[in-house]
Amino acid sequence: MFCLVLLVLALLLLAGGCKREDRSFHVSVTEAGPPTGVRLSDLHPGLAAPPPHTVNGFEENALAVSEGKRLFSAFNCVGCHANGGGGMGPPLIDRQWLYGNAPEQIFATITEGRPNGMPAFGDKLTTQQIWQLAAYVRSMSGMISTNTAPGRSDHMKSNPPENSIDPARPASPPIPSSAERP
Amino acid sequence: MNSTANEPLTDLTLVAPAHLAKRETELDQKLEKVWQRPNGIVGWLCNTNHKDIGIRYVVTAFVFFGLAGLLAFAMRLQLAVPDNTLLGPDRYNQFFTVHGTTMMFLFAVPVMEGMALYFVPLMVGTRNVAFPRMNLFGYYAFLAGGLMLYGSFALNIGADAGWFAYPPLSGPDFAPGKRVDFWSQMITMTEISALVAAVEIICTVFKQRVPGMSLNRIPLYVWAMVVTAFMIIFAMPAVMMASGLLAMDRLTNVTTHFFNPAEGGDVLLYQHLFWFFGHPEVYIIFIPATGFVSNLIPVFARRPVFGYTPLVLSLIATGFIAFGLWVHHMFATPVPELGKSFFTGASIMIAIPNGVQMFCWIATLWGGKPQFKTPLIWVLGFIFIFMIGGLTGVMLASVPIDRQVHDTFFVVAHFHYVLIGGAVFPLFGAIYYWFPKWTGRFLSESLGRWHFALFFVGFNLTFFPMHILGMHGMTRRVYTYSAETGWGTLNLLASSGAVVMGVAMLLFLANVWKSRRTGETAGSNPWNASTLEWATPSPPPSYNFAQLRTVGSRDPLWIDSPETTALVDGLSTEKREVLTTTLLDAHPDHKYELAEDSIWPFLLALVVGLSFTGLIFHPIAFPLGMGFAYLVFILWFWRGNEPKRASLPHVSEGAAS
Amino acid sequence: MEAVLLQLTSHITQSGYGSDLAAAARGASMLDPGAEQAAEVAKLWWFFFSICTAVFVGVIVATVLSVWRGRGHQSAAMPPPAVEKEPRRDQGLVFGVSSAVTLTILLLFVLLVRDFFTDRVLGTPSAPDALTIRLTGHQWWWDVEYEDLLPHNVFNTANEIHLPAGRHVQLQLQSSDVIHSFWVPSLSGKKDLVPGHPTAMWLKADRPGVYYGQCAEFCGYQHANMKLIVFVDTPENFAAWQAAQRNPAPEPTTDRQRHGREVFLSRTCVMCHSIPGTTAGSRVGPTLGGLASRRTLGAGALANTTEHLRRWIVDPQSLKPGVRMPQNELPSEDIDALVDYLQTLK
Repeated sequence: MFCLVLLVLALLLLAGGCKREDRSFHVSVTEAGPPTGVRLSDLHPGLAAPPPHTVNGFEENALAVSEGKRLFSAFNCVGCHANGGGGMGPPLIDRQWLYGNAPEQIFATITEGRPNGMPAFGDKLTTQQIWQLAAYVRSMSGMISTNTAPGRSDHMKSNPPENSIDPARPASPPIPSSAERP
Repeated sequence: MNSTANEPLTDLTLVAPAHLAKRETELDQKLEKVWQRPNGIVGWLCNTNHKDIGIRYVVTAFVFFGLAGLLAFAMRLQLAVPDNTLLGPDRYNQFFTVHGTTMMFLFAVPVMEGMALYFVPLMVGTRNVAFPRMNLFGYYAFLAGGLMLYGSFALNIGADAGWFAYPPLSGPDFAPGKRVDFWSQMITMTEISALVAAVEIICTVFKQRVPGMSLNRIPLYVWAMVVTAFMIIFAMPAVMMASGLLAMDRLTNVTTHFFNPAEGGDVLLYQHLFWFFGHPEVYIIFIPATGFVSNLIPVFARRPVFGYTPLVLSLIATGFIAFGLWVHHMFATPVPELGKSFFTGASIMIAIPNGVQMFCWIATLWGGKPQFKTPLIWVLGFIFIFMIGGLTGVMLASVPIDRQVHDTFFVVAHFHYVLIGGAVFPLFGAIYYWFPKWTGRFLSESLGRWHFALFFVGFNLTFFPMHILGMHGMTRRVYTYSAETGWGTLNLLASSGAVVMGVAMLLFLANVWKSRRTGETAGSNPWNASTLEWATPSPPPSYNFAQLRTVGSRDPLWIDSPETTALVDGLSTEKREVLTTTLLDAHPDHKYELAEDSIWPFLLALVVGLSFTGLIFHPIAFPLGMGFAYLVFILWFWRGNEPKRASLPHVSEGAAS
Repeated sequence: MEAVLLQLTSHITQSGYGSDLAAAARGASMLDPGAEQAAEVAKLWWFFFSICTAVFVGVIVATVLSVWRGRGHQSAAMPPPAVEKEPRRDQGLVFGVSSAVTLTILLLFVLLVRDFFTDRVLGTPSAPDALTIRLTGHQWWWDVEYEDLLPHNVFNTANEIHLPAGRHVQLQLQSSDVIHSFWVPSLSGKKDLVPGHPTAMWLKADRPGVYYGQCAEFCGYQHANMKLIVFVDTPENFAAWQAAQRNPAPEPTTDRQRHGREVFLSRTCVMCHSIPGTTAGSRVGPTLGGLASRRTLGAGALANTTEHLRRWIVDPQSLKPGVRMPQNELPSEDIDALVDYLQTLK
């Protein structure tokens, strides 16, 4: 009797599955298409709220975030951003986001490039890879679940692992420094 | 604790049987009342009877055996033809990992523990194990580990890095998600259960034997379990360490670097820790099986075993040498070559005590009148298959040969020959032998022979071709292979063998099912065997023996004469009392009251299981879990619940009146 | 006897890749050695096999005899046990068991000593003219770098190794991610590529031919498709091959090939792959220098044909699920041009 209940429970749970552990290697390319109408700032005139940000499904998938981490190092993002601490490029682990921290905003930043040195990777990375990178970049400031974020890497320790940092929630709304009062 | 007074024993005597014959039925009734099993669902959860716990271990282990067998069947289906698409790489990785983990941690060790927890107290002539509540906790810990593994597997969080989960593949960089974390916590849960069983066996055997059963008179099965128990105590902590360090490397906010070479850690450290456990583990599985064989052969050869002392010394030697072999699992790694040679020597040397055992068994058969019944047939099958496995093991001990066949299907063939041949065959023999004791009915002889024949043929068909496949380049843990390799024919052969083995197992289940209802009935000693478990009705009453009889030889039911065997009198019929005796010569020492049935073992297992599951996600589960566990312990050992003991004055032999 | 058994087992597995191999091609079998190392191990194996088989036969015969002797004493009810001591019979048994144990110890010792002799032979040779190859294991491909004292002579290839027959080769083994294992059964035993423990092994292949191997330590999803092909060439052929590899990639001749090269350098390919002679220098994925002359794609996942190459570029995940190369979004004519260009890389 007891065993039967357990079995039923197990089967029910089996039906649900777990997004974090999904290992779908093959994606339909149109699924991970680029977002349109990306706004780089949350400042807007008028009272109506802006439409909500895109949800990046990869942020809930551990394999995708881990791939993003591998690409971050393989494609030399570390060359300018170091392991999130910044150098020639701005840091990615802090609360300040020049061009927005929403998934579609990070996607656009990687794809389009940005002034003062961020290259446009749109032609050089597939859409799936950019979404994976965007998910990883968000994890660098603790914005995704610790269960999905990568742990310590098999390299020299340069910063706390992504699954062990407090979320660095950006100040909202972000005001450009030129708009700050003297 | 012995008093130094020399007064004659007043409250415990060894009396001649005739004096007590009249009191037998009255005694049975009183004992049954004291030792009875509690009722209802809550009662089922609280039951500390060692026989019930032993059966639960065995049944649960066989359920896991079935599940792992199904996984293996699926793997064989996938590999039957080249370029098959039944299982993709991710699914296949989970399947072979869960198959291996289940067989090693959730079947092989627990089933041996379960058999031991059932029979060791009966064979040494006591009424329960030394710590009944801890025994129950051990079972729940085992069950919790199994539920953890299969629960996660059902949710697609099944472990997928192999049953030994080497880092860096199982480390945080290359095993994203929580799969390996479930695996490592499950290891700790099941090994807690193994340690519990080991402690029970050692304490029961060393302290609770009937008077007269000196250490050189205990059955060989009990010797095997004692050696196994000591091995468990020394080996299990190593794997708990390996999996614990791995878990710490992965866990949020802990993120250690034990296996990170860039920060001073070492990937090979894991392998050393794991295999320091891993090699003794296979002997922990094999040695109880040799115990079964040592018990079965004399009964079916109708004579006392040949070479009791060499057999005991072989067991102990195997137990020791087993701890010096582990690097033979690492011969392909860059550890120093001279060191590897040492392990070659030790790996070859362990064949010597195994050989001594084998020759003593054959000598027993030679000098007796072998009765060709199902248990003996399984033992003969064991000899055939284990010899093949053991000899391929000697080949694997050589570094150059191992470097060719390591991590290929040759090794898969080898370990299935030694584990199935060396452990599962004797286990089936033991089940056919002891089924009448468990249930009061024989298993069907004819179905048993069919079971054996199909299993033997199916097994060889499945695993023998793998030797050749391995030598021809087929590595382990491959989810598919291409047609040009030419491995298709042998793989198809192996997969068809798996079907035959499956049919054999179905036959076994049918046999058990049928025999429980309509099998030929059996009395207390249907095989006319010699050890103490046959001196009580089948199935045994909850208190095992109404009269504890002393022993004067190694085969008490054959050699000791019932008229002159002294019985123990004076153990309470109002509370659960057992007699403890001295270590070497089993002189009566004191009386020890065992605790009543209790719900606390279940609750403790629940707390521990939940905190280990929580530890997969956040380290806060550790202090929280410890806190709750501490609370449970306090309530468990609350005043009034602890067992009591009364000491006896020292008594000399010959006080029997 | 050895030859007969070898024929039998080889026939059963018919090891070999494809039907277009030269007559001298061999498959993958530790019992069919093409190098000094594997030959020594094969000899040792047969020695062990003979002794172990003899022991096995002896034990089984003894067991069967012991049961056979008791066949007249069968009864449905178990006969009474023989508990009286029989000194003569027991003496015989003692003699039997002691002789068996002594013989066992002797045989084991013989095996041990023979093993140590083989170990010595396989030890580090003195080889001043050795060719050095650095092999780096990746998930799930092999990076093969031919070392040289002159830096401009150093070149890389992927998944296929060419060795000169009769010359000592030192393989330096390292891993960039997880533990892998280099194993070509017909050439030598395996050695693990362990991160943090770079190591080396020696080979001396004697017989020209094609030998197959694969990664022998579970390394993730595509462990099954991390294969190796080793070509043991005559010294002249090897020198020619080596010279060809040291050349940069040839200039494309047609417009489509030029367009293909432009696609390669301006789109996603250049992020991971290198082609010597172009500006593409990434070490993330396997080098594509000499791609067109390789037997397989994807480290043995599929044969190297135009159609396979096209399918691989478009959707590697459907051919080798889990591989690090992403699905491609290029338009069809760009992919055709790319394939055209890649096939000029001999």
